[in-house]
Amino acid sequence: MKFPAYFSSLTARFLHRSQAEQDLEEELRSHLQHRADDLERFGLNRAEAERRARIEFGGRERFKEECHETFAGNFIETLARDARFALRKLRQSPSFTIAAILTLAMAIGANAIVFSVMNGMFLKPLNVPQAQSLYQIQRGRNRDPNQSYPDYLDLRNRNRSFADLAAYIVTQVALDTGGSPSQVWGVETSGNYFDALGIRPYLGRLFHASDEHGANSAPYVVLSYDYWHSQFHDDHGVIGRTVQLNKHPFVILGVAPPGFRGTLVFFSPRFFVPVVNREQVEGANDLDQRGTRALMGVVGHLKPGVTPAQATADLNSIASYLGKAYPKQDRNVSFSLGRPNLFGDQFGRPVQAFLGGLMLLAGLILLAACANLGSLFAARAADRSREVALRLALGASRGRIVRGLFTEAVLISLAGGGVGLWASVLFLRWLGAWQPFGNFPVHTPVNPDARVYGLALLLSLASGFLFGVVPLGQVLRTDPYELVKSGTKCTPGRRIGGRDLLLASQIAICAVLVTSSVVALRGLLRALNGHFGFEAHNSMLVTADLHMAGYSGKRVPLMQKKMINVVQRIPGVAAVGLSDYLLLNDATTSAVFTDRTTDLSAANAAADVYVYHISPEYLRAEGTTLVYGRPFTWHDDKNSPPVAVVNREFARKIFGSAEKAMGGYYKVSDGTRVQVVGIAEDGKYASLTEDPHPAMFLPILQWPSNSTWLVVRSGRGPQPLGTDIRNTLHELDPGLPVEIETRYDEMVTALFPSQIASVSLGVMGGMGAMLAITGIFGLAAYTVSKKKKELGIRIALGAQRKEVLQAALGRALKLLAFGSAAGLVLGILASRVLALVVFEATPRDPLVLAAVVLAMSLLGLLATWVPAQRALAIDPMMLLREE
Amino acid sequence: MTDQAQLLPGTLDLLILKAVSLGPLHGYGVLLRIGQISGQALLVEQGALYPALFRLVRQGLLKASWGVSENNRRAKFYELTATGRRRLREETDGWNRLAEAIASALAARPEET
Repeated sequence: MKFPAYFSSLTARFLHRSQAEQDLEEELRSHLQHRADDLERFGLNRAEAERRARIEFGGRERFKEECHETFAGNFIETLARDARFALRKLRQSPSFTIAAILTLAMAIGANAIVFSVMNGMFLKPLNVPQAQSLYQIQRGRNRDPNQSYPDYLDLRNRNRSFADLAAYIVTQVALDTGGSPSQVWGVETSGNYFDALGIRPYLGRLFHASDEHGANSAPYVVLSYDYWHSQFHDDHGVIGRTVQLNKHPFVILGVAPPGFRGTLVFFSPRFFVPVVNREQVEGANDLDQRGTRALMGVVGHLKPGVTPAQATADLNSIASYLGKAYPKQDRNVSFSLGRPNLFGDQFGRPVQAFLGGLMLLAGLILLAACANLGSLFAARAADRSREVALRLALGASRGRIVRGLFTEAVLISLAGGGVGLWASVLFLRWLGAWQPFGNFPVHTPVNPDARVYGLALLLSLASGFLFGVVPLGQVLRTDPYELVKSGTKCTPGRRIGGRDLLLASQIAICAVLVTSSVVALRGLLRALNGHFGFEAHNSMLVTADLHMAGYSGKRVPLMQKKMINVVQRIPGVAAVGLSDYLLLNDATTSAVFTDRTTDLSAANAAADVYVYHISPEYLRAEGTTLVYGRPFTWHDDKNSPPVAVVNREFARKIFGSAEKAMGGYYKVSDGTRVQVVGIAEDGKYASLTEDPHPAMFLPILQWPSNSTWLVVRSGRGPQPLGTDIRNTLHELDPGLPVEIETRYDEMVTALFPSQIASVSLGVMGGMGAMLAITGIFGLAAYTVSKKKKELGIRIALGAQRKEVLQAALGRALKLLAFGSAAGLVLGILASRVLALVVFEATPRDPLVLAAVVLAMSLLGLLATWVPAQRALAIDPMMLLREE
Repeated sequence: MTDQAQLLPGTLDLLILKAVSLGPLHGYGVLLRIGQISGQALLVEQGALYPALFRLVRQGLLKASWGVSENNRRAKFYELTATGRRRLREETDGWNRLAEAIASALAARPEET
């Protein structure tokens, strides 16, 4: 065939089809006219001549159609015809079609969802100009994303690689716009923040580096577009209005552009304030302390032409300067670059690894689904071998028949992909609107985009070809003469061989999925019932921001004492304790030194420990077990010697053992000698999956703190107790903003990763289980229907039920056993990865093994139940009569 | 009409090429020419001509252009391309060889076997 001509007529077919048609129409008309002219010459009148010409010409439409077929485009024509044929075939077996489509929809939907999340979190660029050159600076070998403000200033002023460096801290304030104050999340930023990111205002103006003139010099606030839209109803008059931030007046400067949500992908701040006003916003100014690394992220664009490696080298030369100039805080510091999306790589990497793992599992599900459909298709092709033989005998080419089968497979896979995508879009919409953390504005950027649609289409087509290829060999081997002659199948042995392998691997994949979900669920159960170093049952939390209410200095401890006393008097309250921070909520660390250390620089620190400043009753209220010694009393105040309660890990690490630690002395970061008076059990401080970490508790009267958490232990229901607490505190001070929640609600953030992991793995495991059932069911049902005759003869010859079942289902059950064993081993190997995210996810747990074996046996039983019944119900007499 | 011979499959293309080789023709003209050069012995069904013409154009053996006929009507004229001319030669040779072979086979007498 001549390709240029072919393509030009192909284009003609699609682009100028109407023109080609007109052309043909005119040519035929011209033919008729010429013929009519001739007939006229024989003496007919014109009308009669034209009529005769038309009659002679014959079926005009048929010839036109034939002409069209000779125009290229044959391929498309045949495809359409194949599609019509395939649709007819599929309509003949609706249950097969629906099962196949649903199986695929599930698998492709799972892939689309996981990929969308991956896409939203990591692949899609942040909504800032030139997001690909934006990096976050990380500290030290463990890639700590937090920097101190003085370090940030040095990094910003001394580097030569970044166009500019901006800093930000996520914070929560009481924002009063004229009504009642509400708790709102936003970010404190360096003055150059918007300029460094290249953000232009939507309304009014943004603040700049030139607005900063020292502490509290820039009482300005910029609203995010979403917040302005929802709280101020697009009111253009808000510019210049004064609002109260933690009772300090701030002027609204402008509104950030729509879609700008800072540099964190999961958080949408409501407002931006200059970090130089941190004292007003937070109540304390820690910006001048080089050792205090609040949750301050530092981000910036690389200059054009500067590679990340060059920038890292540049930063590390600053690091060596910092180490020399500030040996106490910055000795041996180093810097690296990370992605800003998830606040640096320290948090981002595990999330990415987990999503990658999920992606892998979703891929496995798709593979299992393809194996499943492949064996279904092979069985179908075997059943249709007579039809295939007949068509071959009638002259159809093998290519044509194979193409027909492929068309069926691809049609099913496209339908499955469509349904799956539709379902995943619904789910993702819900996920996008999900707010798991109370008023913390989570932004889940998972709306599917072209990439997701493309992936779904690609996966559909690929899986269609994958399972369409399975029956191929079978069709190509079909010998029409043999088949038509003998009337029955040829030797079934070989054909089953490949299918057996498919099914076994499918079951292995499903067993992997089931294993990992059981491991994850067990981990979650342990997390919920596990020991965190405090008792989460029957525990309420009250947080009151004394600073917001205007308390400061000496009035703070007095007020805290009063609050404890009034809540203590509420009926049903067993104990009330106070702490400035909470376990598993917000941990600050501080360096401690052995008693012999005199040079208190960071390099000589004995350990970095978590610090909690607590009231005497706190340990009792939290349910923290005191292993040795005594709790604090109200006499452990500024007039008595400094004391501490430390945890076991602290005692082991600093003193060698708990016994040696009791009564021993150590130094805290400001050099104060502290005596250990009690040893508490170890707990979980920053995350559920952490290793034991040293922690110390210090009396709040000796180390006053503004931050106030009350832990209320009571057996009463959370609702009435909460109301009582609120009323009581309101009586004490009506202007005190108070938040009350149960301990479990508060733990949402800490439990969140485990829960998400468990739920997603659970769903994957469920899908795996379903695929295992359909796979085994398919094989068993097929075997029984094929072996009907043999089974009938066995029954007629007096076979027992057991023997009949063995003949019918032996193979399926053997495959199940093999596949499950292989999958279990693989699953155990794979779930080491889970241990990173899931609390105490250990696969070497007899309960997990037992649960998986039980689950797979149950699945097998469930899937073979119906075919077994069918096998036993065979009536030999009926069968013989039928034949 | 009974004295007309049946067209063998595949011969229509050859006839069309031959007819057009004698000079550019429109579709109806091709029909007339085939009738004329075969002494009215071969008659082509009118409608069947056009799919064959389209096929030959697509194979690059013929090229078509619009013009005005002797009846002063607009018509599409076909003429041979270089490839078409070569094909006609090959097919004619092939056909002649086949015809001779068949003729000599059919002329065989019992004593010659």
